[in-house]
Amino acid sequence: MTAFVSAFVRDEFVAPKPPPPSTVGVVGWMRQNLFSSVLNSILTIAAGALIVWLLIPLVRFTLIDAVWSGEDRSACAQATGACWAYVKAYLPQFVYGRYPIGERWRVDIVFWMLVIGLVPLLIPRVPLKRLNAIFLLTFYPLIAYVLLTGGHHVFTGSFLPEGLVPPSVRFAAEYALVSALIILAVGLLSVLLGKPVAGSGALAGMILGGLGLVLAVVSIDFGLEPVETANWGGLLVTLVVAVTGMVASLPLGVLLALGRRSAMPVVRLASVTFIEVCRGVPLITVLFMASVMLPLFLPEGVTFDKLLRALIGVALFSSAYMAETIRGGLQAMPRGQYEGAMALGLSYWQMMRMIILPQALRLVIPGIVGSFIALFKDTTLVAIIGLFDFLGQIQASANDSKWASPVTGITGYVFAAMVFWAFCFSMSRYAGFMEKRLDRSRR
Amino acid sequence: MSEMIAVGETIVPPPALKVSSTEVAVEMIDVNKWYGEFHVLRDINLKVMRGERIVVAGPSGSGKSTMIRCINRLEEHQKGKIIVDGKELTNDLRKIDEVRREVGMVFQHFNLFPHLTILENCTLAPINVRKMPKREAEEVAMHYLRRVKIPEQANKYPGQLSGGQQQRVAIARSLCMNPRVMLFDEPTSALDPEMIKEVLDVMVGLAMEGMTMICVTHEMGFARQVANRVIFMDGGQIIEQNEPEAFFTNPQHERTKLFLSQILH
Repeated sequence: MTAFVSAFVRDEFVAPKPPPPSTVGVVGWMRQNLFSSVLNSILTIAAGALIVWLLIPLVRFTLIDAVWSGEDRSACAQATGACWAYVKAYLPQFVYGRYPIGERWRVDIVFWMLVIGLVPLLIPRVPLKRLNAIFLLTFYPLIAYVLLTGGHHVFTGSFLPEGLVPPSVRFAAEYALVSALIILAVGLLSVLLGKPVAGSGALAGMILGGLGLVLAVVSIDFGLEPVETANWGGLLVTLVVAVTGMVASLPLGVLLALGRRSAMPVVRLASVTFIEVCRGVPLITVLFMASVMLPLFLPEGVTFDKLLRALIGVALFSSAYMAETIRGGLQAMPRGQYEGAMALGLSYWQMMRMIILPQALRLVIPGIVGSFIALFKDTTLVAIIGLFDFLGQIQASANDSKWASPVTGITGYVFAAMVFWAFCFSMSRYAGFMEKRLDRSRR
Repeated sequence: MSEMIAVGETIVPPPALKVSSTEVAVEMIDVNKWYGEFHVLRDINLKVMRGERIVVAGPSGSGKSTMIRCINRLEEHQKGKIIVDGKELTNDLRKIDEVRREVGMVFQHFNLFPHLTILENCTLAPINVRKMPKREAEEVAMHYLRRVKIPEQANKYPGQLSGGQQQRVAIARSLCMNPRVMLFDEPTSALDPEMIKEVLDVMVGLAMEGMTMICVTHEMGFARQVANRVIFMDGGQIIEQNEPEAFFTNPQHERTKLFLSQILH
C-alpha cells in the first residue's frame, strides 16, 4: 500500500506546455464551435443550408440577372433582376432631391467638409482633437447653414419705432438693446445671489455676442442663390436630420439625465415630465405636432421652416431616449466615485464633467450607438410631413413612368436598404472599435 | 488582525508628538443622525485638537464610518454642530467645499478614478480646485508619490496596480491637496494580508509628521503605535475613549472588554 503523503515540497516549477493540438487551429475551432455534439453538427449543417438557400436568389437578383445599363424602362421591362440602370439614372435625385442642379456643388462642399472634419476626429491617433471638435461644432454648422440655404437672411426688427434708426440697422440696434438688458439682468441676479458679477456678466455677454455674430454672418449676402428647404431632398435631408439629431441629442440627453437624478425637485420633475412625454408618444406624432399644431400656436405671420420644425422635433424626441440611456450609465457608477470626487472638493459640475460622465458615457456606448442608429432610421418618418428624405425620394421616383417596370420598386428598396445598412453598420462597427480601445486603456 | 504588535509585548511608546492645546481641528457637539427612523449617531461629542491621531474602533454598524463621513459632509447630520477648521458645516455649499478642500479622506475601496492615470488622479483636484498650474501640481504629485514609494507607477492606470499600491496612491492623492486633517475609513479592510503593512507604514509616517488624523480601523497594532486616543463606538454612541495603553490594558466598559477579547487573540 502506498503511503499517504501529507507533507510536500515542490523542488522544481512545472514548465508551461502547449495545449493539446485538437483544441487549437482551424480544426480545433470548428470542433469546439460547430461540431461539438451531434445536435450541434445537425444545426450547423441546417444553418449552412439555409444561408445558401437564401443567398443564391439574392445574388441572382442583385448581380447575375441585374440590368446595369439602359436609358429608360425598356431596358428593365423584361428583367428578372435588379434594375441598376434606374438607380444610376436617379442617383443625383436620391442624393440631392430637388436641389437646383447648378447649386449642387454647395452640398458637395458641405458633405466633404463633414468627412474631412469627422474622419480625423474618429481616428484616435490623429492629434488636435479639441480644435477639430471646436471646428465641427461651431464653424462647420454655420458654414453648412450658409452654403445650404444661401444665407443673406433679412432681419427687419420689430419693436423700435420706424424712423428712429435707419432700417438697415434697426434689427442690430434692437438686438444690442435686448442684449444689454439681459446682461444687466444677469448682473443684478448675480448680485442678489452673491455670485461674482464679472463672471456671470462676461458669460452672458459671450453667449449673446456669439449669437449676434452668428446672426450677422447669416445675414451677409455672399452672392449665393437662396435654396428653400422645400427643395432639399434625398440623402441630404436624411443626413441633415440625422446629424443634427445626434449632435443635439447627446448634450440634451446628458442634461436631462442629470436633471432626472437631481436633488432639486423642480428640476427633477421637469426632466421626468419631458422624458416621459417624449417617450410616451410615437415620433410620427411629434413630427405631426411640430408641423401641423405648432403653427396654430404661433402668432399670425410668424412661420417656421418645415425642415427646422422636423429638426427640433427629432432632436427633442431622441434626447429623451438618450437621457434614459445615459441615466443607465450614471446609475451603474459606483457610489465611491461620487464620494471620491466630492471628498477632494470638486464641485458638482467638475465631478460630473471630469469623473462621472467620462466613465458613465463609456459604459453606455452600445446604448448610445443604438439610439443613433434608431435615430438614423427614424429620419425616414419625416416623409410623413412632406419632406423628401432618401427613402421618400426613392419611393417618389419609383412611380416615374419613364422607368416603371416590375422590378423598379424592388430595386429602389434594395438600394435604400443597402445604403441604410452601410451607414448603420459602420456606426456599429466604429462603436465596437471604440469600446475595445477604451476598455484596453482602462486595464 | 493585529500581528504587528501582539498583546503583552512591550510597546515602544510613541515619540512625543506635539498636540496643540488650543487649536481645535474638528469639533462635534451633540451630533445626531437618522437614516429614516433609524438613529445612527446619538449625541456624539468629540473634540479633536490639531496634531491628534485618533483611532475609532467598534463593531460593524456601530456608526464609526458614518461619524467620520459627517466630518466632510459625505453624510448629513440632522442635529447638533460640526465645526471643522473653524467652519461650521451647514447647508451652505460654499462652506462644504471649503471644508472638503482642507480635509483629506481615504476610503476602504480606494475610490481612485479608473479612467485617469495615477498622476492625473493626483493632480486633478489641485489643478481644478486649488487652481494650481499643471506643472506645479505634477511636481507636488510626484513628491507625494515618491513619499508613498510608487513614483514609477505615475503613468499607469489604477487597474494595473495592486490593492496596496492603489491605497497608497489614494493617500498621496489626498495629500496633494495639502489637507489639514486626514480621515481614514477602514483603509486596510479591503486589502490582502500581504499588503496591509505597506499602507500602514505610510500612515505611520504621516502620523509621525504631525498630521491630524482620524482613523476608523481594526488595526489595533497601528492604534497602539501611533494613536494618542482610541475611541470605542457601539450603537451609534461613543462608549469609551482613552489613551491607547489604558484602553487596551484596562478597558472600563463591559462592551469594550467584550470587543477587545474578541479581536485581540
